Amino acid sequence: MDWLHSLNPTIQDVLSAIGRAILALIPIFVPVPFMIWYERRLLSWMQDRIGPNRTGNITFSSTSSAVPGFLKGKKIKLFGLAQSMADGLKLFLKEDIMPDKTDRFLFILAPCIALFVALTLGCTIPFGGDKRFSPVADVNIGMLYILAISSLGAYSTVLAGYSSNNKYSLLGGLRASAQLISYELAMGVSLGSMALITGSLKMTDVVTNQSGPLYGMIGFLHNWNILTPMGFVSAAIFAVCMIAETNRPPFDLPEAENELVAGYHTEYSTKRWGLFMMAEYMAMLTFSMVFATVFLGGYQWPIRWDVFDFLENNFLIGIVTMLVKGALGLTAYIWIRATFPRLRYDQLMNLGWKFLLPLAVVNLVISATWIFAKASYGSLAALITVGICYAVLAFIWAMVRHRAKKVEPQYRSRSVNMVPATRRTVEMVSNKEVTP
Amino acid sequence: MMLAGPAALATVGVVASKSAVRSALCLVFNFFILAFLYFSLSMEMIGITQIMVYAGAIMVLFMFVIMLLNPKLIDEKKDYKLPIGLLFGLALFMLLGSQILPKLMTANVPAMEYEVGSPKLVGEALFTTYVFPFEVVSLLLLVGVVGSVFLAKRRTP
Amino acid sequence: MNGVPLAAYIGLSMFMFTTGVVGVVIRRNPIVIFMCIELMLNAVNLAFLSFARYRYAADGVSVNLAMNGPMMVIFVMAVAAAEVAVGLGIIMAIYRLKEEVDVDEINLIKG
Repeated sequence: MDWLHSLNPTIQDVLSAIGRAILALIPIFVPVPFMIWYERRLLSWMQDRIGPNRTGNITFSSTSSAVPGFLKGKKIKLFGLAQSMADGLKLFLKEDIMPDKTDRFLFILAPCIALFVALTLGCTIPFGGDKRFSPVADVNIGMLYILAISSLGAYSTVLAGYSSNNKYSLLGGLRASAQLISYELAMGVSLGSMALITGSLKMTDVVTNQSGPLYGMIGFLHNWNILTPMGFVSAAIFAVCMIAETNRPPFDLPEAENELVAGYHTEYSTKRWGLFMMAEYMAMLTFSMVFATVFLGGYQWPIRWDVFDFLENNFLIGIVTMLVKGALGLTAYIWIRATFPRLRYDQLMNLGWKFLLPLAVVNLVISATWIFAKASYGSLAALITVGICYAVLAFIWAMVRHRAKKVEPQYRSRSVNMVPATRRTVEMVSNKEVTP
Repeated sequence: MMLAGPAALATVGVVASKSAVRSALCLVFNFFILAFLYFSLSMEMIGITQIMVYAGAIMVLFMFVIMLLNPKLIDEKKDYKLPIGLLFGLALFMLLGSQILPKLMTANVPAMEYEVGSPKLVGEALFTTYVFPFEVVSLLLLVGVVGSVFLAKRRTP
Repeated sequence: MNGVPLAAYIGLSMFMFTTGVVGVVIRRNPIVIFMCIELMLNAVNLAFLSFARYRYAADGVSVNLAMNGPMMVIFVMAVAAAEVAVGLGIIMAIYRLKEEVDVDEINLIKG
């Protein structure tokens, strides 16, 4: 390794940056086929089906002379893991169709932007305590970087919708742009309160800030943000916005298949559609890792114990920890997809603007209160103060809901009665009068 | 210097391209490169805000309105506006350039790390020296939000 | 690596500003005209930042004075955001009223 150190310092920096970039891409890039398989299997288990479990199973013949002796009659089971590989192969071998009258440049650019966003999102996430390997760039604006890059993701859907020259695609693109702008706000404010508590926008600082004992009192737990009250609220807001940002169910309005065929990627096929698919899964994993970094203590293990310290500082074990936490986030994604029905458009907007954003702003104020109370009176007093704040907030919310219920009519179901119930009875009565 | 060329090209693209979406895209590209220029001036906070506010929010809003209205391509008539506009622009550029650039020819921006652009200092300045303009601007934004909501509301009699 | 000449930044800023002005003059689509205004604002931002940086690094002014540039840029961004929100609202209102968006044809006030 001496020749490396003899190089120009600038070239050394560039080389190490490239190396770190490749190291950061591997844990995001490689799991994609396994993630697709995992989603299909988990979803089918939740829906009481079987799912892909056969592809890739090989049974060797017990009589053929072409098979070597030790393999005769053996079975190799892959549990369907080869399914997504086969799907990918199929996507690349299919005929490439680009519809007529599309805006060719933008049509090709759109999936590229989606991939760009998914790949660069994780650049500021630390995968381990060792600063030589990760994050790619430990910039002092790490959180803002994540917000900025994720807000660029809107362009892929918007451009795909516009360039396809298809009404459904255009509607999907419109919905996507409105949805992403709306949820970006609440996401930014919820991350902002975490930045307040950390006192820094650096992702490594965010992780090291969560390494102390919980509230400074409970020794065996880390001070993870999700275990503090305002961190928990923030995490809930961030999780909802995260699902909305990646266009996953129940927020998949841009690609709602029973309204818009397939939304913004209706006209896409083969490799370009594959790029959209890959970008979606990669963005899911990266957002889960961002969630893990900001709220779940990054590469730290859940129990605080001195023995774990050297494990946490090891890069490889750090990556495994992050991937396990990312897989947890992925499971939550799939679970939510299997549980909730898709939101109506006005419900989506109301949730974003009338619930999440005010809650996030109030949470920001409460975080400031927490910091003040902790600095002045210690963490127990801060805990009590914040608890009282949330109790007052819940009371006010209940009051508002109570008043709103009095004013607004309550609909029993989501189905629409075309004819009001009163008129229907009248008509039935009149029919009876006419028929005899 | 390597960034300035594409930025200038994108600038021309905003004005020259036929479809509004293309020029919006050129503008996004231009803002992106501007953000990198800000990074090169070690104003990382401002640069990332540039990407977030301009590329992430304002231009998405533009795209939204363009796609919502989807205006037919207004045929740019070849009338007196084009030559006059170009002439005017050239004259303006010459005037500004002749006045400003000779003075600056010798000045170099030193390539050193410095901390003025860091979020800590920006935040401190924003909430101490500039707290009054900050509040006024926030009020202005509030007025803007209310105004746009009022404008966009369908007035049903 | 002795640093980039300040004239390069200012030259790019001037070019962007001029192109923005030309765009406002020659284009007829109000949305594109709005974009050209954004371009001019950004040209000014670039000039602010490069001057702030230059003044701090070369002239040696204090940090407080050097913060003027970034602060102005932040305020310009905020004002631009408000302006875009209201302006696009106005364009949509006009479109709803007249079903066309061409600045040369908008003469409602003529009566």
